[in-house]
Amino acid sequence: MDKVITLKNISYQYHTTDTKPALNNISLSIEAGEWVAIIGHNGSGKSTLAKTINGLIAPNQGEVTVGGLILSEQNIWEIRKLVGMVFQNPDNQFVGSTVQDDVAFGLENQGIPRDEMIDRVIDAIERVKMTEFIEKEPARLSGGQKQRVAIAGVVALRPAIIILDEATSMLDPQGRQEVLTTVKAIKEKANLTVISITHDIDEAANANRIMVIKDGELIQEGTPEEIFMSGEKLIEMGLDLPFPEKLKLSLKERGIDVPANYLTEEGMVDWLWTLFSTK
Amino acid sequence: MMGKLIFGRYIPGDSLIHKLDPRAKLMGSMFFIGIIFLANNWQSYGLLFLFTVAVIYLSKIKLSFFINGVKPLIWLILFTVILQVLFTGGGTIYFSWGPITVSQEGILNGVYIFCRFVLIIFMSTLLTLTTMPLSLTDAIEFLLRPLLAVKVPVYEIALMLSIALRFVPTLMDETEKIMNAQRARGVDFGEGNIFQQMKAIVPLLIPLFVSSFNRAEELATAMEARGYQGGEGRSKYRLLKWEPRDTFVIIAYALLTIGLIILRK
Repeated sequence: MDKVITLKNISYQYHTTDTKPALNNISLSIEAGEWVAIIGHNGSGKSTLAKTINGLIAPNQGEVTVGGLILSEQNIWEIRKLVGMVFQNPDNQFVGSTVQDDVAFGLENQGIPRDEMIDRVIDAIERVKMTEFIEKEPARLSGGQKQRVAIAGVVALRPAIIILDEATSMLDPQGRQEVLTTVKAIKEKANLTVISITHDIDEAANANRIMVIKDGELIQEGTPEEIFMSGEKLIEMGLDLPFPEKLKLSLKERGIDVPANYLTEEGMVDWLWTLFSTK
Repeated sequence: MMGKLIFGRYIPGDSLIHKLDPRAKLMGSMFFIGIIFLANNWQSYGLLFLFTVAVIYLSKIKLSFFINGVKPLIWLILFTVILQVLFTGGGTIYFSWGPITVSQEGILNGVYIFCRFVLIIFMSTLLTLTTMPLSLTDAIEFLLRPLLAVKVPVYEIALMLSIALRFVPTLMDETEKIMNAQRARGVDFGEGNIFQQMKAIVPLLIPLFVSSFNRAEELATAMEARGYQGGEGRSKYRLLKWEPRDTFVIIAYALLTIGLIILRK
């Protein structure tokens, strides 16, 4: 598979007086079509990492390559066309006065002709299932709906990569589920690469690969199964335990032998019903 | 909190006035304010009132909305009218005491000024009630465009206007939230003498400012991530279209002006 993003020895410091760098010698690569979750404590450098990928932050050291281009002053806008970002606060990234204006904002910036723009705006709004809200103002939308509009704004630009920078952290469980389902459906259709920066366990469980960041360093990398096997250590990583792990922990406290490897909810159900039926 | 404020509100509808091009409406309203000063007798004021009532009827918006629009300004209007009545001489004098005179001319002038105020408020309320704030910014951008020649950053002004309008309800909500949060901590808003009242505003203003800075920074980052590089080279999603009915606005105003010139003394 093609590597769509490569970071080589990235280091970054916000202020020269900081004792600790926000990012410390991080190297990683992400393949096209992958869903990668980046997890870590608050202040571990996750968001800083996301901002280096589309050049919102220029690293002090190291090299960022996106879609075969090495990030530099000259091609920064080219790279931003490849990378769409959805941020945390649904209110503070809504530029347009209505849903359709907001979705059109990115297209306007690229100088796309108006006829094509209208097609793409309508198509993108349909994909996030917001068609009935097309004329609505942000003040009349819920948080989850605003995030779906933000995703539509990114989808309309047809990027190769979508970065969700804690895009679901200010939403209620329902809004969170809506947004994740939307992103999943869009990813399947357009074969996008998704990087999600998150505290949310369900979001991380959706990923093909999880990267764990601590104090600006990449400390662990693996499939969700591999990462979730660490059990209680997950809490130290800034992540909640997945429900099956919580259940296992409670069973263990009651003296029941539980399998050491990670089980999904279904796997857990299978294991539970076989546990006593064999005896 | 601001629910009662009529100015700047938009009432959705699909009347003829709603569908007019915002440029026509904006220019029309400004022109109307200009020609009000042509009127100088009751016939010409009658014509202006007739015109205004006709336009209001076409907009299918209840008259009570317009009267509500006048209410907050009524004291200012009455103050000006009374000053006019008391200090203008001429014609038959009804009452005189030192510099204060109530004369025929004065009363007439007072009535005219009252009419002017009401007409201006009715027309500008009609503009904001029937035009989306967004369309208004589009119209302002279009009308300012000639200023590009003298290096006025018209696109940036238009963007600032539309962002400002879009954040009005958001900031209003936030103000309410902060106020309630501070009340829960024991701050009394709107009580005590003027100094105490001003002091009580501080715990509201500072958080509001700080959060506006944060909002601005996040918004700027989001805009940059979506490829915003400034006004140059952008295409436009919204397109203003001049329809034949918009030309009627010009004709109507031309007729009104001619009528006024004929009627004035």
